[in-house]
Amino acid sequence: MTAVLVGGEAEGEVLALDAPLSFWGGYDPEEGRIIDVHHPQNGESLAGRILVMTHGRGSSSSSAVLAEALRLGTGPAAIVLEEADQILVTGVLVARMLYGVSCPVVVAEISASGRWRVSDRGIEPSD
Amino acid sequence: MRLEEADRARLAGEGGAAAAIAMELVVAAGRAMGAGSLLDIAGAHVDGCLYHGLASLDFAEKLASTGGEVVVPTSLNVSSLDLLHPDLYRGDPLIAGRAKGLMDAYVAMGCSPTWTCAPYQLSARPSFGEQVAWGESNAIVFANSVLGARTNRYGDFLDISCALTGRAPATGLHTDEGRRATIRIDVVVPDSWLDDDLFYVVLGHKLGHEVGTEVAVVVGLDERADEDRLKALGAAAASSGAVGLFHIAGVTPEAPTVDAACQGSSPRRVIEIDAEDLRHVLADLSSPSTTLGAVSVGTPHASRSELGVLARLVAGRATRVPFYVNTGREVLAQADVDGHVAVIEEFGATIVTDTCTYITPVMRPSPGAVMTNSGKWAHYAPGNLGVEVVLATLTDCVESAVTGRVVVGGLA
Repeated sequence: MTAVLVGGEAEGEVLALDAPLSFWGGYDPEEGRIIDVHHPQNGESLAGRILVMTHGRGSSSSSAVLAEALRLGTGPAAIVLEEADQILVTGVLVARMLYGVSCPVVVAEISASGRWRVSDRGIEPSD
Repeated sequence: MRLEEADRARLAGEGGAAAAIAMELVVAAGRAMGAGSLLDIAGAHVDGCLYHGLASLDFAEKLASTGGEVVVPTSLNVSSLDLLHPDLYRGDPLIAGRAKGLMDAYVAMGCSPTWTCAPYQLSARPSFGEQVAWGESNAIVFANSVLGARTNRYGDFLDISCALTGRAPATGLHTDEGRRATIRIDVVVPDSWLDDDLFYVVLGHKLGHEVGTEVAVVVGLDERADEDRLKALGAAAASSGAVGLFHIAGVTPEAPTVDAACQGSSPRRVIEIDAEDLRHVLADLSSPSTTLGAVSVGTPHASRSELGVLARLVAGRATRVPFYVNTGREVLAQADVDGHVAVIEEFGATIVTDTCTYITPVMRPSPGAVMTNSGKWAHYAPGNLGVEVVLATLTDCVESAVTGRVVVGGLA
């Protein structure tokens, strides 16, 4: 079952995180890469990716860092979560309001890697 | 979502443009969280005053310049600058200027310039059962768990939006159901560990890993888990996981018993944490480095009692390495009255207020690992500052500073 937390359309390569990421302290929006040394995907970029993770984690400043990443073009194209997270949703909404950047957020399960499309209808492979 | 007349009026712009933006965010976040309605809040703690790039400044200035004014008492979290000790800042002046602009925007909206990540140490703090909207992960978990106040995990932007409207989505940790423990954690460790501050830090870190966003009830602790230790535990748990509330059977206010914390249901999962598990966590968090570069304590901001303990440990001694103590300006004033500030400064420590050593450039470069007694600092500093961290008790931090080399007892 898919729940749309923030609407919009996006398409991109899936990056499925092996552990939840705190954007604050865990993602550098200037450089566009994960900087949490404890994170298994430390060093990866989220830019243009369909970010898949179970839930958000850590600092409540993550909204601002996510918004800043979206402003700078280093944020994900879409976010797919297993559990709703208002901290991520808020960051995405503010980036949309201030800068017109879209980043749909849905609660769904993605079972495979590759390119996926996220829309208000749900998620589907795009190849 | 059911909205009240006043909510709809705000959405329509009758309370001004800023209130309309704020209301829109509260409603959108509430819908995203599946809330059926909004509730009134009695206060807010805003985390958005820490500079994270132009997006944070653009948003605050937009609200402030369109007439934003908080409608409930609102405290402010740490910022990027220490206004009491401005010379400590070693970063880019351009960023400092923007960070100051951000702080000014929040004060202009009527927030109190408290500049602390430990608002639960301020003279006014929420009472049991009070509905509030707090940002800052360690403050959220403390408000819920230790005070029994009720807040969800509010991020930057949504926290000030709640403060500007006095409203929050009625869901999650605001509700009885959302506060029910679904996991029971049995802690099986030597009794002497319950007297060791480091144990609470490491347990908190493990707790965050184990429970993620769920609510746990911890069994096996007692009244030795005082406020300072619960603060350390919660801060670590909210860094390693998305913990917004924990219960400790026989200790925290909603958990006189395990059954009360579970509201009569059976826990979905039972996990045992033993001494060996916690030694592994400590080894993972703490570097084996033996070269000492600096010491940083007070994350979250040191309490009046913690500054008292520190003063007793350092009295008449001198540190050989840079030694930083982070605290809030209100607590600093109290500790000054206690006579503790002079003792700590005589020791050679640098007191940092309004901000913290791991979120803004104040530490002088000093080769070697940084020692801390904070699980939160140990978690974030390697990424933020690129330093190696040794996690130890406050006593070990002081002994190491005095001898100039790393002295750690660990969890024996």
